Amino acid sequence: MMTSRRNPRLLWRKSLSAVMLSLTGVCAVVAVSVLFLILGYLVLHGGRSVNWDFFTKLPAPVGELGGGMANAILGSAKLLALASLIGVPIGLLGGVYLAEFGGRGAGFIVRYAADLLNGTPSIVIGIFAYALLVLPFKHFSTFSGAFALGIMMVPITLRSTEEFLRAVPLNLREGALALGASKSRAILTVVLPAAYRGILTAVLLALARVAGETAPLLFTAFSNRFWSPGWNQPTASLPVMIYTYAVSPYDDWHRQAWAAGLLLLGLVLVINVVARLVLLRGAAGRRS
Amino acid sequence: MRGAGSSLSPRSLFSRLCQGDEIARLITLLFAASVVLIALAIVYQLWVDSALSRHRFGLHFLVTSVWDPVFEQFGALPFIYGTLLTSAVALLLAVPLGIGAAIFLAELAPQRISAVCTFFIELLAAVPSVIYGLLGVFVLVPLMRQDVQPFLKNTLGFLPLFSGPAYGVGFLTAGIVLALMILPFIISVSREVLLSVPRDQREAALALGSTRWESTWRVVVPFARTGIFGSIFLALARALGETMAVTMVIGNTPQIAASLFAPGYTIAAVIANEFTEATSDLYLHALIELGLVLFLLTFILNGMARLLILLTERKGAEVRA
Amino acid sequence: MSAATRLLFSVPAGPLSGATGRAMSSEQPMRMNISKLNFFYGEKQVLFDISLGVTSARLTALIGPSGCGKSTLLRTLNRMHETIRNARLDGEITLDGESIFVQDVTQFRRRIGMVFQKPNPFPKSIFDNVAYGPRINGTSRPLSELVEASLRRAALWDEVKDQLHKSAYELSGGQQQRLCIARALAVEPEVLLLDEPCSALDPISTAKIEELLVQLKSSCTIVIVTHNMQQAARVSDFTAFLLNGSLIEFSPTPQLFTTPVDSRTEAYITGRFG
Repeated sequence: MMTSRRNPRLLWRKSLSAVMLSLTGVCAVVAVSVLFLILGYLVLHGGRSVNWDFFTKLPAPVGELGGGMANAILGSAKLLALASLIGVPIGLLGGVYLAEFGGRGAGFIVRYAADLLNGTPSIVIGIFAYALLVLPFKHFSTFSGAFALGIMMVPITLRSTEEFLRAVPLNLREGALALGASKSRAILTVVLPAAYRGILTAVLLALARVAGETAPLLFTAFSNRFWSPGWNQPTASLPVMIYTYAVSPYDDWHRQAWAAGLLLLGLVLVINVVARLVLLRGAAGRRS
Repeated sequence: MRGAGSSLSPRSLFSRLCQGDEIARLITLLFAASVVLIALAIVYQLWVDSALSRHRFGLHFLVTSVWDPVFEQFGALPFIYGTLLTSAVALLLAVPLGIGAAIFLAELAPQRISAVCTFFIELLAAVPSVIYGLLGVFVLVPLMRQDVQPFLKNTLGFLPLFSGPAYGVGFLTAGIVLALMILPFIISVSREVLLSVPRDQREAALALGSTRWESTWRVVVPFARTGIFGSIFLALARALGETMAVTMVIGNTPQIAASLFAPGYTIAAVIANEFTEATSDLYLHALIELGLVLFLLTFILNGMARLLILLTERKGAEVRA
Repeated sequence: MSAATRLLFSVPAGPLSGATGRAMSSEQPMRMNISKLNFFYGEKQVLFDISLGVTSARLTALIGPSGCGKSTLLRTLNRMHETIRNARLDGEITLDGESIFVQDVTQFRRRIGMVFQKPNPFPKSIFDNVAYGPRINGTSRPLSELVEASLRRAALWDEVKDQLHKSAYELSGGQQQRLCIARALAVEPEVLLLDEPCSALDPISTAKIEELLVQLKSSCTIVIVTHNMQQAARVSDFTAFLLNGSLIEFSPTPQLFTTPVDSRTEAYITGRFG
């Protein structure tokens, strides 16, 4: 038998196996370390610049040192708030339709449209918002930017709402109906609350996704070196500021871009982690 | 509830009862329909608002390489070239790395480590494009200019791919940044597909005397190949549409060059840069036509990706049945 | 045991019936020997002090109610348990007198073939499925010859000889299982392990496979796990009855089914439980 013979072919096969499997481990290490590299650089270069001035001051005139990004921070907050107001109801109620009322044909079309929107590059969405809300009025506005971001929130919210509503067990619904609740009442008072964790997670993830979007804002909300009162004027936003400052020739702007990047990434990651925790806590709660 | 002998006809009673439900149904239908409306509106708008450019240049638009706003000559070729080239570089780098990592996480790593790593990789997918761009500009570009590109020139400079001056920005740098951006997608989808391969496939291979690698590479991965291709298509669709990170490191020069070190341009990048500077209607329409081309490209790729992933799920089900 | 029970199990009259177990086993050597085997998943013990011998060129069946550990036991024979993280084994298993644990596992597994409960052909052509083992392990015989020989041994050659390049998934369930048997045979194993090979198949396919196993056993020692007692009675020479991880009784098949020694064995085979 082959047991006592040293088999060169077997040796080669086993060495190859060991080498290739180690390589896959290297690949995994590289992939995971990218995140930490990014965070590391942001903290290193931007950490000390995230100071009081950064949060409270307006940008200094071009070429001057100092200043902050107060207007961009507020601008991003306004954009995200309005985007949620636009995108979440559409996604939520659309998802309710798909899960509770929808027929097969209508459901397919709506889902397909949502997938289409999801796969559309954000710059194309920006073009759409521009044509709809900037061109006719001949000026940039917070509203048009929020509209573009809102559209981008719809697909995630829609699909997740549908998914989590469908996951609510049948006996819960039937329990409500048996007690005399109408279908819409049952949805509102029993089904939606049962699915709220998943839906909340989806909304948070959608928010995190659009918080970092720059391209659609470039020609809708545009930018602003000052405050932007109301909703009808162009506004500064964190992502656009990062872009503008990073490609500029001024070192002080570079410093501020790092700080803004750290803030933005921190925000996005925190929302992501919170969203996942919400989901996990929900799953654990159900299991216990 | 009124009794059967009420003065109201049964039909209006019925409609009264369903009033709440009917309203709810109509309202939610309206919102669902608005999603379809928006999608249709986007396609419509892209088509209509590129009319001037489409009528002027026709299909030549796709093969002309001149982009001259002053003389109003617009051709999409440099941007299509740049988009495809950077995406190709990105895939070449990200696919082996991504599949390798997915194999490790699905087949080799203990459950806990795999879950933790996957968590971090999914967080990586959430990093905004502009942040990648930021790191690209301040970290990668100098690195490329000072170390990587000279090294490549010294070793492989005889190839046209690695010739020419090394600015740091260019197709290669953009490709590398894109690779990092699409990596998480390839890993998470491939990992899930690999995990769904039935255990007895691997066991059958091991029982025949395969090494761990042989059973993984020759049996498990081929079993999952449709889904893995799906993940690649998805990643490609994302890469095509990436704007910010690319425009910050590609050099923004509309040219077709053989060297990876040369600066270039992509469809998304030129739209981002020149949209607000479009001085004439034709200029604007040309840019929007570029947007239409990009939309069509991603539309087709996403469709193929979804088809492939659907086929994988179906194959898994039919083998299990 | 009553004559009725004997009829129930159609114990064939012939050279095997009537002979005592001891006399039977001394005619043929032991191919594999399991000695004082204890098996654990982490802290939980699932096999208790099992000792039995697998006779060469014969078919040994492992029977027992679900969860009794017969599949677990089968999988230790080709060290398949090593793919599970916290599986632990105490005791000794030998193949031709040599411990199976000192050899290189990859090389060892070539000597023991395994066929699984549900047919699991690879996503390749029929030819490539059978050729997989010889290809990776290396073989001196030309592949096409080896593939044909294996398919013939598995009683599948006539049905697929013109479609060797078609996908294995185009075959019926029964054919796929015979393909898996051919695949296992292609590496010319000394022992073939089958884990409930017919449980997912229709009666006709089952009959075909039982027939081929009976023909196969003279050239290849076979161990089969089955929950179908009639099957065990039909095809096996020796039967081991396991219950809750312990070996209750192990004897030549006719003896176990007609005159079981242990009352629990009798209870199981007469259908009182399991």
